[in-house]
Amino acid sequence: MKKKFGALLSVGLAASVMLAGCGSDTSKETKGGKDKKDFKVAMVTDVGGVDDKSFNQSAWEGLQRFGKENGLAKDRNYKYLQSQSASDYQPNLQRLVRENYDLVYGIGYLMQADVQKVAKQKPDAHLALVDSVVENQKNVANILFKEQEGSFLVGLIAGSQTKTGKVGFIGGVTGPVIKRFENGFKAGVKTANPKAEVEVQYAEAFDKAEKGQQIANTFYDKGVDIIFPAAGATGNGVFTEAKNRAKNGKKVWVIGVDRDQYEEGLPEDVTLTSMVKKVDQAVFDVSKQTMDGKFPGGQVLNFGLKENGVGISSHKDHVTDKALKLVEEYKQKIIKGEVKVPGTDAEFKNFKVK
Amino acid sequence: MNLLKGRLFSILIPVISVVLALIIGGIVMLASGYQPILAYTSLFEGIFGNSYNIGETVRQMTPLILAGLAVAFAFRAGLFNIGVEGQVLVGWLASVYVGVSFDLPKIIHLPFAIVTAAVAGALWGVIPGFLKARFKVHEVITTIMMNYIALYMTNAIIRAYMLAPGERTKDVKPTASLASDFLQTITDGSRLHYGIIVALICSVIMWFILWKTTMGYELRAVGFNQHASRYAGMNVSKNIILSMAISGAFAGIAGAMEGLGTYGYMMINAAFTGVGFDGIAVSLIGANNAIGIIIGAALFGGLKIGASNMSSVAFVPIELVDIIIALIIFFIASSYIIHWLSNRVNKGGKL
Repeated sequence: MKKKFGALLSVGLAASVMLAGCGSDTSKETKGGKDKKDFKVAMVTDVGGVDDKSFNQSAWEGLQRFGKENGLAKDRNYKYLQSQSASDYQPNLQRLVRENYDLVYGIGYLMQADVQKVAKQKPDAHLALVDSVVENQKNVANILFKEQEGSFLVGLIAGSQTKTGKVGFIGGVTGPVIKRFENGFKAGVKTANPKAEVEVQYAEAFDKAEKGQQIANTFYDKGVDIIFPAAGATGNGVFTEAKNRAKNGKKVWVIGVDRDQYEEGLPEDVTLTSMVKKVDQAVFDVSKQTMDGKFPGGQVLNFGLKENGVGISSHKDHVTDKALKLVEEYKQKIIKGEVKVPGTDAEFKNFKVK
Repeated sequence: MNLLKGRLFSILIPVISVVLALIIGGIVMLASGYQPILAYTSLFEGIFGNSYNIGETVRQMTPLILAGLAVAFAFRAGLFNIGVEGQVLVGWLASVYVGVSFDLPKIIHLPFAIVTAAVAGALWGVIPGFLKARFKVHEVITTIMMNYIALYMTNAIIRAYMLAPGERTKDVKPTASLASDFLQTITDGSRLHYGIIVALICSVIMWFILWKTTMGYELRAVGFNQHASRYAGMNVSKNIILSMAISGAFAGIAGAMEGLGTYGYMMINAAFTGVGFDGIAVSLIGANNAIGIIIGAALFGGLKIGASNMSSVAFVPIELVDIIIALIIFFIASSYIIHWLSNRVNKGGKL
């Protein structure tokens, strides 16, 4: 018995030594490409993982684009670490800081407390946080988005294209971020069509597709014909419901969120357009600034329409020309500062259609 | 075949299992184009490489020891407590509630918070225990369901009553905190806290209750054979409920370790923490005894902390790291089959 174990062991070891030799060759190749620049940037995903079809994925896409455009080597100069539970955030951030990365991103507001702690412990490290703010910390760049501005644009489209005069908004969890989506959307709808009604409901979950489907079902039954869900994976249920109805010959629409969700609407083609939040653009910009020696530490960066941080997706075949014109008109007004899109309930109350 | 018998072999089995798992894991890594030797050295470094990593490993061990104790304690009484996860969550919330809402001197506040967590976990364990004892409802089903109730209930309570910015509760007061500047400094800023002492004390308590008290004797007797125990005049129902209560209490304290130590608050959990489920594996690796559980938790905690270094330095994707960890558990679990088989063969020889 012992001999067998021994034999197995040595075979295994021999194999690993041999093949390990092959492995190191490839690493030399990547090393060759690295000498160009020594800038190192990395990100830590939240529990959604790097393929969440949402902001983690988008951030990684931004980092990859940044790496490629600057001739950096993947893994050595730019990489991501995935977190499997909330307890991984801090060790992952610490690890990257200790590996002397010039810039380390924490993706998502869930990491706020962890980024804050690491930033305090390592004052020389450069950190960046997406979707939240660490106050009074000079070595953290805070990346926020003006979701209300992008939501305003899709609100304009919804307002001008609704046939029933009723549109719906489904929120994930009540909080300042989702409130920006809601109020921007409502303002957009009212601007395009003051008589339109907006149904609003919160699912209080980002991961409950069945709940999204339920709410969508109620909304569509009430005569709503366009729904804008800002609810993460809960929103996937809205697509399911819309597709079911489309199969039965009833035309209803969904407006995608965060990324271009055109594909989620297929094959029944129920995606009217999408409100995109360009996390990739923000990650790209901040990485570039940092590489150029202009790390925006301690600042709160707001990515809005002006900064090309939010907008509508390129898939807009179903959007009428009239609506597109309206979108273009208000986009310019917002960029020029003539229209201020409300981001909170209080601001919405005071919002007047111009 | 006598080779497979004896003390030495029972120690050797887990060691061989780990080695075998590492070899197979290495082959898997080679097949997917990664470098196993670099990966394993980085794994090792990720566990022991510097004081920070050691601190984080011990920190990760702490709740795992307690969760392992919880599973093992119920198992000794013949019960499968799959509900450790839920008991961890209610214990966590209870400890944070006490930590946030009371103003007491440390010497009262901290033990009070830990005891509250234990009581909350115990209550969460008693419900399935009672259903099992009174109505013969299988504890596996009820404890799994209680996990979901705990997850969503704690989330709802935080959202409704204790919400602070960042989808979490406020920080617990310093008087209820297990965190220690001294431990953090010597481990270069890790989140190591005094909870490890609590966990070790609990290991001794578990050993003492099971092996040195009448109560423990009864619990084990019920675990071996309910009918015989009843015939011997023991109250089986009482023992079932009691074992679930104590098991739940350990799990609740595991939650307190997270609430008062690692985080100092509780967040709204989108999914289970995994501590309770890992506890099942830890108690299995540790063969349901206290020292074994500490070793099992060290192995598990080490792998978890080392894993991120493995993916960071050797670029092995975290999913592949999970496969290798799963292989190690798989081999340890199947080594018991080898053990059992060899016993069978040995007995057969004597007949």
